[in-house]
Amino acid sequence: MGKLELVQTLKKSPGRVWNLGWHPKGEVLASCGEDKSIRIWAKDITAKWTNKMLLTDGHKRTVRQVAWSPCGNYLASASFDATTCIWDKKSGEFECNATLEGHENEVKSVAWSKSGHLLATCSRDKSVWVWEVADDDEYDCAAVLNAHSQDVKKIVFHPEKDLLASASYDNTVKLFRDDPSEGDWICCGTLTGHDSTVWSISFDCSGSRLASCSDDNTVKIWKEYPPGNAEGVPTPDGDSTWKCVCTLAGYHTRTIYDISWCHLTGLIATACGDDAIRIFKEDQGCDQNAPTFSLVCTVERAHTQDVNCVSWNPVSKGLLASCSDDGDIKVWNFQE
Amino acid sequence: MSVDQLENQNPNIYKSIEERPCTQKELDDSVVDEFDSREIFDLIRHINDPEHPLSLEQLHVVQEDLIRIDNGNNTVDIYFTPTIPHCSMATLIGLSIRVQLLRCLPARFKVKVEVTPGTHNAEQQVNKQLADKERVAAALENSHLIKVINQCIALRRSA
Repeated sequence: MGKLELVQTLKKSPGRVWNLGWHPKGEVLASCGEDKSIRIWAKDITAKWTNKMLLTDGHKRTVRQVAWSPCGNYLASASFDATTCIWDKKSGEFECNATLEGHENEVKSVAWSKSGHLLATCSRDKSVWVWEVADDDEYDCAAVLNAHSQDVKKIVFHPEKDLLASASYDNTVKLFRDDPSEGDWICCGTLTGHDSTVWSISFDCSGSRLASCSDDNTVKIWKEYPPGNAEGVPTPDGDSTWKCVCTLAGYHTRTIYDISWCHLTGLIATACGDDAIRIFKEDQGCDQNAPTFSLVCTVERAHTQDVNCVSWNPVSKGLLASCSDDGDIKVWNFQE
Repeated sequence: MSVDQLENQNPNIYKSIEERPCTQKELDDSVVDEFDSREIFDLIRHINDPEHPLSLEQLHVVQEDLIRIDNGNNTVDIYFTPTIPHCSMATLIGLSIRVQLLRCLPARFKVKVEVTPGTHNAEQQVNKQLADKERVAAALENSHLIKVINQCIALRRSA
């Protein structure tokens, strides 16, 4: 069994904290929430996490999500005010130097591709937008994808390829890629199996598996079967088929709002509406076509209200950040 | 709010219950007094119907025996019954109940507001929307909607 120990509680936000984003170097954390602002946190000389900066002049409504670019120079923020802001530090201070408009209503999520050349946003207007990032702070809309029939909650890019995954209120996860023959982005897969809203998704380090979490209180693990796979899973359209190979049911008592699959340790963390954080570990030597995961740690009452986000640090093994409706941000250390 | 055509022109009207008597024990601060369903009911029974100058209690939209509270687990479950199965105001009524309890109850409570099973055509859709805290949060940032909800929640002077 593992142990998740609290390193520090970072207070300061009035109201709900929706999301956290680790800088790619792992030394800086961004948070956002109901108070319409973004906070940048880093360690001070006594190794305590402190609030270094407060970005307030970008959004008129709740900031739902933040995401650092892979180079670490840009921070994107998605807001209920229907815009996405891109912040950079070129002038020395963080400034919003680009605002992406076009969604009809609340932007729910934002994600960068590995190369940093693509940015994606999704909204309650059911659409997913792909933006091309040019050199001079120019963002051109490359695609508007209307494959979902409801509110799109979360988008993430594949860790290596320009493959985009989206999770929706319509209970499905969809995959999108650029189709060179069409010169456009297409939906290349629909993952059905959840019985209610899919709130979040996370790729493993190889990108050949995806974890999803839902309002149906389960986590599902999906595996990619590329054309010509040894298992004989059919791939009718020449695209990979993604199959649910594992469902984690019975562990969560309420909606699971977020999931984070650590690329360093392979551990999966979940953020749940029952106030708890849970850590799952894949069982060694299990069948890759029917893997099993064990619950290795539960922190009941990790927060005093719903946990909205969990995020593994990309550099420090076992370092986990979480935030909640109670306004707290917590940093944890996991040890096996 | 102004409506040209009332959806339900002749709703059944029911008698309101008596005020809860205040006992000596309740005034004693040393006694731990947990929330009960009557207390929750008192918080929501005076909410106005969006369409009629009547309270949710008078229309039997809310009833005390359709409220469950568990102090230990910090949960409050409420079923509300639309006056007609195709009521387009169902989501608004549910939202009003949510907002009222959000404001009145301690933050530790997890409130679930659902349509009484079998009493609305779009029961599942309404329930899913009311359970989605992100959509509820976004709705409450909508200045027009929050005005309408506040009007529903506000106590009528004549009441």
